[in-house]
Amino acid sequence: MNLTYLKRYWQLYALISLPIIYFLIFRYGPMYGVQIAFKDFNLFQGINGSEWIGFDAFREVFAMPDFYTTLRNTFMLNFLDLIVSFPAPIILAIMLYEVRFKWFKKISQTILYIPHFISWVIIGGIVYQLFGNQSGMVNNLLQSMGFDSIPFLTEKNSWLVTYLFTGVWQSAGWGTILYLAALTGVNKELFEAAEIDGATRLKRIWHITIPSIKPTIITLLILNLGNMVSIGFDRPYVIGNTAVREYSDVLSTFVYRIGLQSGQYTLATVVGLFQAVVGLVFVLGSNYLSKKTTGEGIL
Amino acid sequence: MSERTSNRIFDIVNVTFISLFVLFCLAPFLHTIAISLSSNRAITSGEVTIFPKEFSWDAYGQVFSDNSMLYSLGFTALLTIATTVLCLLFTIAAAYPLTKKKLKGRKLFMYIIIITMFFSGGIIPEYLLIRDLHLMNSVWALILPGLVSPFNLIILISFFRGIPDSLEESAEIDGSSHVHTLFKIILPLSMPVLATLGLFYAVGRWNGFQDSLMYITDPKLYPLQLKLFQMVQNNMITDLTLLEGASRTRLTPESLKAAAVVFATVPILLVYPWLQKYFVSGAMQGAIKG
Repeated sequence: MNLTYLKRYWQLYALISLPIIYFLIFRYGPMYGVQIAFKDFNLFQGINGSEWIGFDAFREVFAMPDFYTTLRNTFMLNFLDLIVSFPAPIILAIMLYEVRFKWFKKISQTILYIPHFISWVIIGGIVYQLFGNQSGMVNNLLQSMGFDSIPFLTEKNSWLVTYLFTGVWQSAGWGTILYLAALTGVNKELFEAAEIDGATRLKRIWHITIPSIKPTIITLLILNLGNMVSIGFDRPYVIGNTAVREYSDVLSTFVYRIGLQSGQYTLATVVGLFQAVVGLVFVLGSNYLSKKTTGEGIL
Repeated sequence: MSERTSNRIFDIVNVTFISLFVLFCLAPFLHTIAISLSSNRAITSGEVTIFPKEFSWDAYGQVFSDNSMLYSLGFTALLTIATTVLCLLFTIAAAYPLTKKKLKGRKLFMYIIIITMFFSGGIIPEYLLIRDLHLMNSVWALILPGLVSPFNLIILISFFRGIPDSLEESAEIDGSSHVHTLFKIILPLSMPVLATLGLFYAVGRWNGFQDSLMYITDPKLYPLQLKLFQMVQNNMITDLTLLEGASRTRLTPESLKAAAVVFATVPILLVYPWLQKYFVSGAMQGAIKG
């Protein structure tokens, strides 16, 4: 590095130093703090002052029944979400692609994308008003049709339905974007040729539309598999409640509960670290899988 | 059956199904709006579906006469604007140098950033960091931790790379400095992508909830989502501890909750139609590069 180089590039170094300092403090700072997973941490002694305890906290976490429950729930909710919420945008995108009235397509898309931009807190508020046992609209309708009311929010299996249903509502419309984007690349002549050959629309969907979005489907599926261990905090926390905690308590809410509500910082950090490491393995594994199947990594 | 009729039938079935799904997306909103505009009696007797019964503005009257709600709305709006501006500045400051192949240390900077996409310290160490930095109950706790999203950064880098080098080179020959080139040539060409990323940051901040739950206990700094959460969760809202000055009227808590939900949703719905195209293009860019 000589003087002319510095003279030429100092502004760029000045620019990038800001975000790099940000990354070092706010992203690497917490990584430094991860060491408390191996320490008997307390707030007064701080990160550096607390005593090393090796893997004691890991042993303690692995002996907690709640840890296994939340781990199971994390996988269960993610897996069921994948089964229920993954196909919805594919079907919806295919149907939207077939719409021939431009204005109808546009208005539909505008409305279908909205739920994606609504916060989970708001969705939670709406869900509790829709599915409440006493005055919820859905139960009122069920009762008026002569059915028993269903404890959508307070019985674990019914709650599971509510949780999954909310996921479809929130993500199905927005999820169509990537498929529709893939479909814009399809040569229209293919469809015209198929039409001339007398293929019905269902046949055209089967032989042209679906193969065109197949790479997108596979990529997104693998990406989803890679995220099986990671779960957001807002959705299970807001939609869940104590009555259904057996199903709604997941790793993210567990960490919050034992760490910030009960002050067991070391144990909560262990759970977080476990989740991060297993998550990393999943992401790298899914990337490997993606390279094998599509010849292209996601990373 | 001729091809024309079968096509017709297909169209009808298709449009019907999509319409049903659109209705499925809208119905929860319509129900909440209906609840917020209905009378106590009608709500408790379960008569309200997607149309208001025994119309009344009272719930909105209460929400709007509650200074803490309006304050929170204003605070959240300012917070969102400040966050978005800072996030964009930092993301630009990272993206532009990283497009310069000749910059020494570029790879190292890139690694520093990319690694954080795959591994993070987790919530507890992050909380302890904010605590050690004395940022608890400070707006900075809501702004700083998410300043640069590596995902958004990658979108911006690839956009900058798409700008023809010749433009920059000619500016450099004219003696323009890097920062000058960035502001006079690169950024004016990047407005669409900046709008998209700005929106992603803004929506994230507006909807953000967990950080305020963790770092904020001072009601003066409650973002709207946290305020709403406490209100919705508080099942026995008749004491109305959260709504200062509200009296125990005949209003049901349900209509009040619904009005608060609508109150917090409307700002998003108001800006959404104008910004939709940026959202969509951003999602696609992210998909192609991500």
